[in-house]
Amino acid sequence: MGTTIQTLEHNLDIAEIRRQFPVLNQQVNDKPLVYLDNAATTQKPLAVIDALKNYYQKDNANIHRGIHTLAERATADFEKTRDAVKTFIGAEYREEIIFTKGTTEGINLVAQTWGRANLKEGDEILLSAMEHHSNMVPWQMIAHEKKALIKIIPINDAGELLMDEYEQLLNSRTKLVAVVHASNALGTINPIKQIVQLAHRHGAVVLIDGAQSTSHLDIAVSDWSADFFVFSGHKVYGPTGVGVLYGKRALLEAMPPYQGGGEMIGEVRYDGFTWNELPYKFEAGTPNIADVIALKAALDFIDVLGKQNIRSYENSLLQYAYSKLEHLEGLRFIGTAKEKVSIQSFVFNDIHHQDLGIILDKEGIAIRTGHHCTQPLMGRLAITGTSRASFAVYNTIEEIDRLEAGLKKAIKLFR
Amino acid sequence: MNISIDDIQKEIIEDFSIFDNWDDKYAYIIECGKKLKPLAPEYKTETNLVRGCQSQVWLHAEHKDGVVNFYADSDAIIVKGLISLLVRVLSGHTAEHIVKSDLYFIDKIGMQSHLSMTRSNGLASMLKTMKVKALLFLEQEKAN
Repeated sequence: MGTTIQTLEHNLDIAEIRRQFPVLNQQVNDKPLVYLDNAATTQKPLAVIDALKNYYQKDNANIHRGIHTLAERATADFEKTRDAVKTFIGAEYREEIIFTKGTTEGINLVAQTWGRANLKEGDEILLSAMEHHSNMVPWQMIAHEKKALIKIIPINDAGELLMDEYEQLLNSRTKLVAVVHASNALGTINPIKQIVQLAHRHGAVVLIDGAQSTSHLDIAVSDWSADFFVFSGHKVYGPTGVGVLYGKRALLEAMPPYQGGGEMIGEVRYDGFTWNELPYKFEAGTPNIADVIALKAALDFIDVLGKQNIRSYENSLLQYAYSKLEHLEGLRFIGTAKEKVSIQSFVFNDIHHQDLGIILDKEGIAIRTGHHCTQPLMGRLAITGTSRASFAVYNTIEEIDRLEAGLKKAIKLFR
Repeated sequence: MNISIDDIQKEIIEDFSIFDNWDDKYAYIIECGKKLKPLAPEYKTETNLVRGCQSQVWLHAEHKDGVVNFYADSDAIIVKGLISLLVRVLSGHTAEHIVKSDLYFIDKIGMQSHLSMTRSNGLASMLKTMKVKALLFLEQEKAN
């Protein structure tokens, strides 16, 4: 299994990287913390923590409107992040970068603005069988309102999209395809470029959920010709409460605003308003200034290490985890796609995932257990949930040994 | 049954006092879970289900001869062991005693972290469900 994932060379100093994450250096239940819940949220490097602290200690001011020095500094830093994001995800224009609360808000924004303006009765929305609830429920809501239909692109038992079936599902009624780049429950990497190409042949718009891919994989929205791309700051070593919606300029221009308020307006009269230009049209109210500024520090952190280095190293961790866990009696891997990010789900036939999670926590090991907000996917795989270990660039071989030892201890306790 | 809710709590605290590490404590809870009589399939109903993010719990209550008896099950064994303790403490008492009871043993045996466990699956919400069921019986008693 996973034989095509190669263990590549990397030139990262992991000990030095770990020193940048103070949270990792602590005891949990009298054992050194092993944090393997990175798909839920990554820890934050000092650079991000310092950026937050620095902003509140030196620059705090409301942006875009103030004429004073602090307001100008804060505005400049805020807008620097927009430029950094543009480069990081390979967008063409800075106006295509909209700051949100996170992936979920980005998807809801598209559903409620583009969806409301463009969907009509009988239109079809294609989602994959492995979508997170946040890339499912917003579409169900607007589909219900507009009497549009949702169709599901099926997967095989390894957790890979059936691309032939996808092609069959596309037709002239398909208005939108919303697919995850990398699955949070399975780790599967979906062939985005191909998905976009096929959808565009039928005139459908494509939204890519990049929540799980942006910290691991090269993102090239323009090259893929993706129409919308969303991700969260807190899963890319950045702060919580900040995320990004990328949209093709022409699409964003044509979309009505999402929320009304300050910032998003051009002119307001008692009897109406005009809206502001991009990207401000979609950023009503005072934004999350500090977290947006600190997001740049997170992206810089990734850039300094290099995505290729990160990917190679994380792949080697994933391979090592396979080799260690596959010997455990009764363990079954869930999600065995050929192309994967460093996420591994597994189940035991006779041990409940919640029980496993409780015992591992006692051993100082943080993993995720449950349905991972993908209940329909769990149903498709005929399981109620999984245990999931997800690796980030600061994880080590020794930590995977600890996971193996913790699992062995749990097995002994439960059998 | 003469033994009070208070006495049973003291018994459990005593039982747990012999464990000096978490391994043994959890091994005991797992044992309790395994020993809890499985709930008859007819009681594994939607109304008896306490749905959680992580595991499922079924809680059935019966009111007979002036006392309430609880029956429970779960697909996760630690949760099942913990509920078995709640069942042991609260079963066989009057609805009034159950409603008015103060359960301090969870804290004393070092299981307080399970009180706030993920979402509705925590011991706190199971305890609440048990008290609500007892309260309904109490109201029925008064109505009769």
